[in-house]
Amino acid sequence: MRPATNGYRADDLRGFREVQQLAYACAESVAARLVPGVTEREAARMQREWLRERGVRDWFHLPFAWFGDRTAFAGFKSPLQFFPTNRRLEPGMPFILDMAPIHRGRTADIGYSGCLGPHPLHERLLADLLDHRELILARVRERRPLREIYQEVERLMIRQGYANRHRAYPFGVIAHKVDRVPERRWSPTVLGFGTNALRGLARDALHGHRDGWSPLWSPYRFSDHPPRPGLWAVEPHLGFRGTGAKFEELLVVTDSRDPEESAFWLDDDLPHVRREHKEAQAA
Amino acid sequence: MNGKKLNRQDGTRAGRGARIGAEEHGGGLLEGARERRVATGGIELCVAELGDAERPTVMLLHGYPDSKEVWSRVAHRLKDRFHVVLYDVRGCGGSTAPTPLRGGFTLEKLTDDFLAVADAVSPGEPVHLVGHDWGSVQGWEFATARRTEGRIASFTSISGPSLDHFGHWIKRRVARPTPRRAAQLLGQGAKSWYVYALHTPVLPELAWRGPLGKGWPRLLELTEKVPADGYPTASLPRDAAHGAWLYRDNVRARLRRPRADCYAHVPVQLITPTEDSFLSEHLYDELEQWAPRLTRRTLPAKHWVPRTRPDHLAAWITEFVTGNESGTPVREPAATGKYADRFGGRLVLVTGAGSGIGRATAFAFAEAGARVVAVDRDAGSAERTAELARLVGAPEAWAERVDVADEQEMEKLAQKVATEYGTVDVLVNNAGIGTAGPFLETTTEEWKSTLDVNLWGVIHGCRVFGRQMAERGQGGHIVNTASAAAYQPSRVLSAYSTSKAAVLMLSECLRAELAGRGIGVTAVCPGFVNTNIVGAARFAGTDEEEQRRRRRRTARLYGLRNYPPEKVADAVLRAVVRNQAVVPVTPEARAARLLSRIAPRALRGIARIQPPT
Repeated sequence: MRPATNGYRADDLRGFREVQQLAYACAESVAARLVPGVTEREAARMQREWLRERGVRDWFHLPFAWFGDRTAFAGFKSPLQFFPTNRRLEPGMPFILDMAPIHRGRTADIGYSGCLGPHPLHERLLADLLDHRELILARVRERRPLREIYQEVERLMIRQGYANRHRAYPFGVIAHKVDRVPERRWSPTVLGFGTNALRGLARDALHGHRDGWSPLWSPYRFSDHPPRPGLWAVEPHLGFRGTGAKFEELLVVTDSRDPEESAFWLDDDLPHVRREHKEAQAA
Repeated sequence: MNGKKLNRQDGTRAGRGARIGAEEHGGGLLEGARERRVATGGIELCVAELGDAERPTVMLLHGYPDSKEVWSRVAHRLKDRFHVVLYDVRGCGGSTAPTPLRGGFTLEKLTDDFLAVADAVSPGEPVHLVGHDWGSVQGWEFATARRTEGRIASFTSISGPSLDHFGHWIKRRVARPTPRRAAQLLGQGAKSWYVYALHTPVLPELAWRGPLGKGWPRLLELTEKVPADGYPTASLPRDAAHGAWLYRDNVRARLRRPRADCYAHVPVQLITPTEDSFLSEHLYDELEQWAPRLTRRTLPAKHWVPRTRPDHLAAWITEFVTGNESGTPVREPAATGKYADRFGGRLVLVTGAGSGIGRATAFAFAEAGARVVAVDRDAGSAERTAELARLVGAPEAWAERVDVADEQEMEKLAQKVATEYGTVDVLVNNAGIGTAGPFLETTTEEWKSTLDVNLWGVIHGCRVFGRQMAERGQGGHIVNTASAAAYQPSRVLSAYSTSKAAVLMLSECLRAELAGRGIGVTAVCPGFVNTNIVGAARFAGTDEEEQRRRRRRTARLYGLRNYPPEKVADAVLRAVVRNQAVVPVTPEARAARLLSRIAPRALRGIARIQPPT
């Protein structure tokens, strides 16, 4: 176990890791049950129900599901278009499941990309996403300003031939901070986002505004600061001509001077990382 | 296969009581063809065969007024891969005519002929049919008739609708004549003038045997751009006079009472020449209803494509026949793009394909199923473009590292492309660099490098590949990336604007020059598009530090404008399909283009504004 720093004890991190594993288990379970004809709404409900059965009562945001060219946010103009629609899954279609459950007061925010049937381009996108995982970690360890890292990620995407699709998210964020959330009996959501979690984010935004940092990792000036210790849900999202792919997982940033300890992915035992290892071994 | 061999040794065993004799035949347009005669229904058909008889059989059917030699250029391109069979329709070329002529040309009798030939040349295996004009009309009959089931493997239709489908097409439009449908009906009605003329008695025969027959080759050359290479053959007056009975025996009967069960029982590939003077493209609007397994292709050419576009036809026939031979895996991923009918299998070369507009254009063509050559100064990014192009639908894609400003390198590239990949169908001269800064501070070096890439790159591209296109004589298209700066002057873009204005004028001149050869030329003027052109631009009269600052700042402005290169790529494909001359893309580019024509003084005013630095 890595040393706890900046207010997170070892068992704290373990708790976060458990929620993240739970969320990815949900994604894999739902992905395995996706068949042609399932709609985005049904896929989102399947995620919600799976997690509710396992004790999730609060959300950073409710589960999303995007199918087909909606994985690349093709033609998205308003944030309402992120919500699940009645689009049906067809053979060969890529899909993305995105959920952020809160369990025992700890938040996870994950994104899972898959495809119904073999899709060489989609596999290529997933493999190329891993370059971004490495790049982001390396640059955070170098303590480079977040805005600069954002631009470097975007440049890499363009070099790879892809479009940056996380720019379509609110504020164009590639990542945002998550934190512990007090467990309350009443946990309503507004426009898909949990109020308890939003309150934490707003508090961070307010404090950050005073101290010159922001819990949103965006291409804008307010992100022109070195990485802030805490837990960041990082979600690079590639798009290429109607096919999109992303991953989302928690990055732990600490105030340690040792580069190895200053930033690390909370968990390396995740589907998109395992997949890459498997392929590397096969090669 | 066994039965096939048997029958070849003992030709008289072939079905339907046909009598067959075989002889070697050489010379003429179908040089090297094995010729034989097949007797059926009281007449003798002249059949020619090329290529190994053990390979899949492709049967080419000619139209009116033609003989089997109309296919010679296509047949020679197919003979190495297929067993190519051609025959003269009854009454044409080397085949004898029925007596009496009236009633001797019905589609039923033509079906008998086809079956007799098919049984003679490919007794065991179904054949792949390809028909042009009346050959295609016949082909539709064969592909929809019940008694030919199992004898046909696929059908490629060129410029010849099914008379039954045509009958239904007319009925539907007469029954509910909306303005659009009425216009379609009248349009096709006008294009069919010759059909009415052929129904008059005796006169057509007299004309064909007299002045029309004599002047026809020259007429084809002038109006249809058919190359003068020994076709039409000497039998033309007789072919054309007999062939008039094709119309008289079938058209009225079928159009009045079209068959209700005219569904194709084979996969159909429809090749539509878009500039056909005799057939409207709308004839095929509802074709999916009759041919469920339909592949559409369009070709910017006139009616006689077997003479004028043999390469294109041979490529599409090869692809379609191979795809429909059992045991061949279907290609993944399939082309899904909007213009897949037009660019499927075509060879497209894009310079500056390593990033920005060039890369997006390469992907758009790949998505439409084109074979792509991605050319860039940076080998790695060109390779990347080619790799992704294959993933989005290009059957083949290659990367080439070339500096377009280098004449020798371009010559070498052209040679390599011609020998290894074929003649380029669409050339996109897109490579360019940005240069900004006041004229008085721009060095000679900066001028030279700008003109070398932006202008000389285009000139080299047009010269080496344009020459290949012109020599092939089967059309093509050249797209040159100019810029809105080509007509919008600016105090800080003197070098860049000059180079792009030259590209625009070069394109216009070239368009005029090459129009007669069927090669279109387009100048695309994108405007502010979010690419890394500014990231690599030179800002004249600034030191390194200032240069970096300006690049960053300009890149940010382009990012804020955020016009995606994909939209420019779409405009490029659209421009090629529509053969447009000058295509401004972004709204500001279009506004400037309009102003340059109606209010040039306003543009001059804008040119004086000092942009933020």
